[in-house]
Amino acid sequence: MTEESTQTLTVVVERELPHPPEKVWRAITQSALIGEWLMQNDFQPVADHTFTFRADWGSVVGTVRSVEPEKELSYTWEAYGLESVVTWTLTKTSTGTNLRMEQTGFRPDQMQAYHGAKAGWPNFLDGLEKVLEKAD
Amino acid sequence: MGGVVLFKAIADPTRRALFERLCREGDLTVGALTARSGISQPAVSKHLRILKQAGLVRDRIDGRQTHYSAQPAALAPLLDWTREMAGFWQTRFDQLEELLKRMD
Repeated sequence: MTEESTQTLTVVVERELPHPPEKVWRAITQSALIGEWLMQNDFQPVADHTFTFRADWGSVVGTVRSVEPEKELSYTWEAYGLESVVTWTLTKTSTGTNLRMEQTGFRPDQMQAYHGAKAGWPNFLDGLEKVLEKAD
Repeated sequence: MGGVVLFKAIADPTRRALFERLCREGDLTVGALTARSGISQPAVSKHLRILKQAGLVRDRIDGRQTHYSAQPAALAPLLDWTREMAGFWQTRFDQLEELLKRMD
C-alpha cells in the first residue's frame, strides 16, 4: 500500500463506452435504470436530494451534491458508518463517452471538521500502516 | 463486504482516540483511559465494549482492575476498503455496459 492511498482512500474506475453521453447520463441518473446495474433506489438527480441504494448486503445512504447534465454528477455515499463521495464524469469522445467514477473515502469538509483533533481520520490513516507493521 | 462492526467501531472519533492511545501507550486500565479522555468512566467502558466487539481491543482482569490493550491487526479490513470498492465498481460497470446495450 502506498502512502498516498492511506491518506486519500480513492478508487477510480474509468471506461470508454460506445454510447453517447446523453444515453450514459440517463443510465446513471434515472432511478429505474440505476436499479438495473447498480442497486434498487429512490434516486433523483436533484441537488440536496437524499436517497437510499438497497442491496441484499445492506444499504447505502447518499445526498446529491451537484448535477451538471451529461457532464458531471456527484453524491455522498455512506455505508458502514464510513462516508465517501462518488463523482461521475462524462466526456464526449469521437466514439462515444469516456465514463469516469471516482470515489474518495473522506470528504474534504469532513476532514476539515476533524482538523486539529488528534483522532482525525487523516492522522489515523497515516499512522495505520506503521501500526500494522508492528502487529503480529 | 465484511467489516461492518469494525467500521462502525472506528467511525466514532472518541473510540478512535481511545484506540490510538492504547496503540501508543500499551496496556491501560479503564481508570487511566478515563483520566485524559474528557468523558465519564461509564462512557469510556461503553466505548471499550464496542471496540472489544470489533476485535480492536482485548481485556485482561488483574485483581480488581481490567486492563485493555490494542489489537491493531483487527484493522486489516479497513486497508482492504479500496480493493473491495474497486472490485465492486468493476462489476457494476460490467452491468452498466450490458444495460447500455439494451437501451435505446
